[in-house]
Amino acid sequence: MKSAAVAASAVALIPLVYLGVRVGEAGWDRITGEILTERTALLAGRSVALAAVVTVACVVIGVASAFLVTRTDLPGRRVFGVLAALPLAVPSYVAAFAWVSTVDDFEGFWDAALVLTACSYPYVYLPVAAALIGADPAQEEVARSLGRRPFLSVTMRQIRPAIAAGGLLVALYVLSDFGAVSIVRVDVFTRAIFTSINLGFDRTGALVLATVLVLLTLALLVGEHMTRTRGARYARGSLRTHARVRVGWIPVPFLALVSAVALGVPAYALARWFVAGVSRPGSVAEVVTAASQSFVAAALGGVVTLLLALPVGLLNARSPGPLATVLDRIAYVSHALPGLVIGLSLVFFGIRVAYPLYQTIWLLALAYAALFLPLAVGAVSSAAAQSPPVLEEVARSLGRSPLFVFRSVTVPLAAPGIGAGAALVFLTCMKELPATLLLRPTGFDTLATELWTHTDTAEFAAAAPYALVLVLVSALPTWWLSWKSRL
Amino acid sequence: MRWIIASLLAVGLTACSAEAPPAQNQPEPVSDKKVTVYSGRSEALIKPLLENFTKATGITVEVRYGDTAAMAAQLLEEGDKSPADVYLAQDAGALGAVAKKGLFTKLPADVLGKVTDVYKSKSGEWVGVTGRSRVLVYNSDLVKQAELPGSVFDLTGPEWKDKLGIAPTNGSFQAFVTALRVQHGDNEAKGWLNGIKANGAQIRPNNGQIVADVEAGKLSVGLVNHYYVYERAKADGKTVDALKAKLHFFPNGDTGALVNVSGLGLMKKASNDADARAFIDYLLGADGQKYFAEKTYEYPLVAGVATAAGLPALASLKAPAIDLNDLDTLQATVAMIKEVGLA
Repeated sequence: MKSAAVAASAVALIPLVYLGVRVGEAGWDRITGEILTERTALLAGRSVALAAVVTVACVVIGVASAFLVTRTDLPGRRVFGVLAALPLAVPSYVAAFAWVSTVDDFEGFWDAALVLTACSYPYVYLPVAAALIGADPAQEEVARSLGRRPFLSVTMRQIRPAIAAGGLLVALYVLSDFGAVSIVRVDVFTRAIFTSINLGFDRTGALVLATVLVLLTLALLVGEHMTRTRGARYARGSLRTHARVRVGWIPVPFLALVSAVALGVPAYALARWFVAGVSRPGSVAEVVTAASQSFVAAALGGVVTLLLALPVGLLNARSPGPLATVLDRIAYVSHALPGLVIGLSLVFFGIRVAYPLYQTIWLLALAYAALFLPLAVGAVSSAAAQSPPVLEEVARSLGRSPLFVFRSVTVPLAAPGIGAGAALVFLTCMKELPATLLLRPTGFDTLATELWTHTDTAEFAAAAPYALVLVLVSALPTWWLSWKSRL
Repeated sequence: MRWIIASLLAVGLTACSAEAPPAQNQPEPVSDKKVTVYSGRSEALIKPLLENFTKATGITVEVRYGDTAAMAAQLLEEGDKSPADVYLAQDAGALGAVAKKGLFTKLPADVLGKVTDVYKSKSGEWVGVTGRSRVLVYNSDLVKQAELPGSVFDLTGPEWKDKLGIAPTNGSFQAFVTALRVQHGDNEAKGWLNGIKANGAQIRPNNGQIVADVEAGKLSVGLVNHYYVYERAKADGKTVDALKAKLHFFPNGDTGALVNVSGLGLMKKASNDADARAFIDYLLGADGQKYFAEKTYEYPLVAGVATAAGLPALASLKAPAIDLNDLDTLQATVAMIKEVGLA
């Protein structure tokens, strides 16, 4: 298990090794010249501020939605349960485009924060909802019997690790995002990286700047780790249902407003694109081909990512210790790097190490794994942590081989979590663009690349069907995710 | 499940088999009836042209589409092992960056001979395919013809306060600023950048957005390449005359009328590839040039091919006397644009 986990984490290290090599070539003067400027500090500060604002907003909206859907008598809570997860299916660059083309003068820090919050609060909502359902009701009952209000004293502690994990993903996503922030025109750190590449064809400068994102990520990881180690054990209790708080109709407008912002605006804009222009997409066959190729690439990306995440996540859940913690954190370290940098690092790896795989779908899948390993590792380790290790020990004591126990006990128990991780990675791969453009096999068009092709030349009507199919195909695993959590 | 695995394998295998490198180091030009092109120009514009080429020659084109700058970075990362035979780029700057790393071979003399000196690399490593003029696009409801500026330097005046759109992260804007530096010196160029910034220039992510905002009346004027109004007209299903967005070509050799190129370079490993050669000949031949003139509304660079109707002829433009080869000091331009705070 340990060696498999070490090998899996090595994939997440490819971008770091690449950064190390290229930044090393840059020389010290160049590095200080790029990083130690007022502008770099300003942009990094703005990126951190944006990440903080969006993360707080996502935690508030995500936790409130999760609580309302799982713990109250809210009318239509099953519908809201699915609606709250669906924004995951909308790529943030599509949402940003939708807002910019619908609302005049939509630009700047707070507008970007709005779009990013609307797209990423499900990263908090989903794990928190699962934790609220899975938490042992007995603890709350004890608190109540002792005369305490259970929400702050017990429930918040039970869901704190889920909030921290979700919040971390949101923060890293905001740091790495380029598409949405560039469309909404807020000058953040990724802009500096892309400016170096786009304006000066200066790869080295861009990569030197990217190391700042790695440093910011390390700081965030330390912060999240501190909440995690202080978190209470949150084992799954019996399957009794929790007492539901009476809220009636009052919160319905809140949830409806969130959905209208996160889903309604993109839906309205897509519908308008359809009728606005005369540019037309190619045949239905082209859309179908792009959809099926997206599906194949995302499915393969999901499988590869999951295979790599299993040993890391299980090690983390079953033999916690310094090694497991380090391997788990490594998966996150490159998560704040923009897709373009990850893509270039895999070009470097493909050319130098795995040339037969270069520009094949396999290297693309490996890039997806390097990008999205944290999503799967988190899902696997929290699922494995909630299933009692004693069951595996019993099987071992009855003389079964480790492999047999893994196959017949560990995996089935963790299966829902593994499935959730796979679905999350699948739909994130569907939306990925910059690394896909660099690494796809020549002539391999996906929904995301076709969408880029058409929006790049301002053919919105032609782009609309690809965006629509992309959202619909991504909505399926999203819907499954929320359904799976018994929401 | 089985069909998924089968199709995955099939995709993987076809992708692998497409990798076989063409034979090299032979004195005679070799042909395997296949050429691999990295295109930094968009699929919508390039695909029909490639189909015509295949029809005419029987040579299949394997083409990767991407962003010009990201593709240049990819080529630099790939080095000698790049699968590419030909790199087709949006602007001369990207070609220069790849040439500087020694990845292009010198183009044959008869290819270079088709295009005048200002539109090709001095060392013969890249050649322009089409010309694009910098223009001022203006909304004809908001700006009268008599009010149009005679020089980009007029745009720092109070009459253009908050009215001008620019796309400073765009390669064509950056080439234009480099030209300003070459023509007027660093101090004046920086003064101009500071001037338009102080005058409330509106930053847009690309030329297309500027033209869209000028058409919609959100901006009065913008600095763009000339053909974006034709793209706008096409997307809106109108003729270019029906648009409110009109073109103003700066007169008297003003830097604002810089003519830049899209172009191509031949990768070293393909120096002997007959198919790559045929491809280059096609783009610089009558059919290829005519396609660009009529479909993308760019200027043909090879003599004898007519410009699209409604556009002033390339020779009639009062372009500044600037050699594109002198626009190779991108780093300094980038540093300047960043320093002023426009990108």
